Amino acid sequence: MIDPWILGFSVLTVGLTLGMGFWAARNSRTASDFFVAGRGVSVGWNASAISGEYLSAASFMGIAGMVMSSGYDALWYPVCYACGYLFLLLFIAGPLRRFGAYTIPDFAEGRYDSPLFRKIAVVFVLFIGFFYTMPQMKGAGTTLAYVFPGLPYWAGVVVVGVVITLNVALGGMKGITMVQAFQYWAKMFAISVPVFVLMSVFGSYGTQLGSNGPAAATGTGMGTGAAAPSALVRRVLPAKAPADEAWLQPFGPLTTKAARAGGVTSASDAKPYALLYTYSLIMALVCGTAGLPHILVRFYTNPDGVSAKRTTMWVMILIGVFYVFPPVFGVIGRNHMPELYAGTGAKGTDKVVLELPKILDRPRQEAATTAANATATTRATVGGVTAGGGFPWGSVLSGITCAGAFAAFMSTFSGLLVSMTGALAHDVYGRILRPQSTAADRMRMFKVFAWVVGGVATLLGCFVEPLQINFMVGQAFAIAAASYFPVLFMSVWWRNMTMKGAATGMLAGGVLAMVAVSVTNFSDLGWLPLKAFWAGHPLLRILCEQPAIWAVPGAILLMVLVSRWTRNQLPADTRMKMLVLHAPEELGLKAEYIREHEH
Amino acid sequence: MLRQLRLSVRCALAFLGMLVALPLANYFLPEVMAWRVMGGFTLSWFLLGIAFFPVVWLIAWIFIRSSIRLERDEVTAVEAVTRGREREARGAGGEGTSVSRRNTGSAAS
Repeated sequence: MIDPWILGFSVLTVGLTLGMGFWAARNSRTASDFFVAGRGVSVGWNASAISGEYLSAASFMGIAGMVMSSGYDALWYPVCYACGYLFLLLFIAGPLRRFGAYTIPDFAEGRYDSPLFRKIAVVFVLFIGFFYTMPQMKGAGTTLAYVFPGLPYWAGVVVVGVVITLNVALGGMKGITMVQAFQYWAKMFAISVPVFVLMSVFGSYGTQLGSNGPAAATGTGMGTGAAAPSALVRRVLPAKAPADEAWLQPFGPLTTKAARAGGVTSASDAKPYALLYTYSLIMALVCGTAGLPHILVRFYTNPDGVSAKRTTMWVMILIGVFYVFPPVFGVIGRNHMPELYAGTGAKGTDKVVLELPKILDRPRQEAATTAANATATTRATVGGVTAGGGFPWGSVLSGITCAGAFAAFMSTFSGLLVSMTGALAHDVYGRILRPQSTAADRMRMFKVFAWVVGGVATLLGCFVEPLQINFMVGQAFAIAAASYFPVLFMSVWWRNMTMKGAATGMLAGGVLAMVAVSVTNFSDLGWLPLKAFWAGHPLLRILCEQPAIWAVPGAILLMVLVSRWTRNQLPADTRMKMLVLHAPEELGLKAEYIREHEH
Repeated sequence: MLRQLRLSVRCALAFLGMLVALPLANYFLPEVMAWRVMGGFTLSWFLLGIAFFPVVWLIAWIFIRSSIRLERDEVTAVEAVTRGREREARGAGGEGTSVSRRNTGSAAS
């Protein structure tokens, strides 16, 4: 049965997002409007907009799902999503802003005066983009299957894919500051309010965690009393759920899976593998943030360098605060909605954010049976309200989280679609296939490519139902970390880099990382018969599943070696380029690399 | 550039130190990290899930403040030199200021 509250909130969000997109698109016609006119934007608006663009379906739905299914190890994802931004701030954001390059292909061409390098860099916009759209589509399919019970997963993916692609092709949904800023606050509201309500009814974050594991008996901390298991009645965990100890402690199911599949049975033997997995994951997420194609762009819509830095500070605070909340859904979900462990694909833990608030509407009898202890009063009150035919707060809150999920995957998917289609229309078509094409030609091709990219992304999205949202986004980060991050980092800070060195490192690192993660995905989806092989080689499995730990240093090493080898091809104006990158922008050395693209 | 790089590296070391240390602590001191704090969190969960963010904000805040100050110092230094050169140039019969600005910029950074 379709819940009217959930449907209502979802339709409202979709309508508002589409409407605001079109309204705003009418006020900004050209690419320079999009980038430069935004420069009058205040720090607060801009920080909200950057954060709104950053929080995708992985942040909104994926983290909670993964914390619920894997426990502690999944916490690295939200922390590194937020803190990778610091790395970007320390090493890359300032110089890139001074340089005036708005995208990584712009930077690649500007730094080495090489249109060829630009073309190579564009390829990765597409690679990373497609890897990033797959989890968004999984989020879309999961949400629609929840809003319309009985709708198959693939149908949800197709519906969302078509609606957003149509919208992008018609010209709405460019990355407009106002829409993105609105989306941040929508997502923040949708994730935080239900958490506070759930915590006030079912017990706080700490209490919920405290009911997991035996440690309350041996615990020495100040909260021992509150953490006693008797304070909270949990639902029975199904057999598929990880045990308390493994779930709560580091090096749990997520990081030891490969080792266990390889026949390493004792926990202490599996730990070194888990440590390696953890470091590789951290490296992918922290370095990958700097290389995400759609993140850097918005950094430039500030009037000057000082306000750009202030904006980044606010972005870190806004996304940091957001990332405290999703794990709470995972923790409460483990205690109160463990039936999700038994589900697979769109019916699994990835939908915990959407469905969890519904536990508020559970019948009064349940509340009565659990109301045998200290916190009984609050629980009985709410139980009384809902059971007495009162207001369905659970449905309302569930509708709000669904609205947040729509905001999350719609904004990220359309942002990616715009940047990928733009890369195809302007770089591949406009510069490589038909350099003599007119602006009108490119505009027509933009629409054609929007359908091509949207179609491919939708098709890919249909196949990834068994994979976890957050896991897939982590892989997109790993590819970005092995391709774009080394290029940006080395080009900004090392003056002896040559174009060939940069291009070789980027291609080798990025392609190898992509092949490695694709192989693990194909075998997990059952398209490659590698199960027996992985069982014999747990180390190889970890290095393929999380390639950052070898791919990032490898790419940098390759860049240094090839640059040394081709040192006679060092661009003559390297000194000038480095000066533009590093001299304060008040000195007025910057060149504008953004050009008018009218579409 | 060198001073900016030194500042960035120092902040990065503090940040990376935390990122490297926490898994190591989990690895070698599992009992300590399993202590219950703040009403039920394990110590490790509390550090990673909540306490990590304010520390990162602090690092970012220190970096941004110092970095803005460094840039301001650099600009004043360069402008002082440029003004001196302009005075000289006016005496010698006029020379484009943009060239001298670039040269001094390189010297200062």
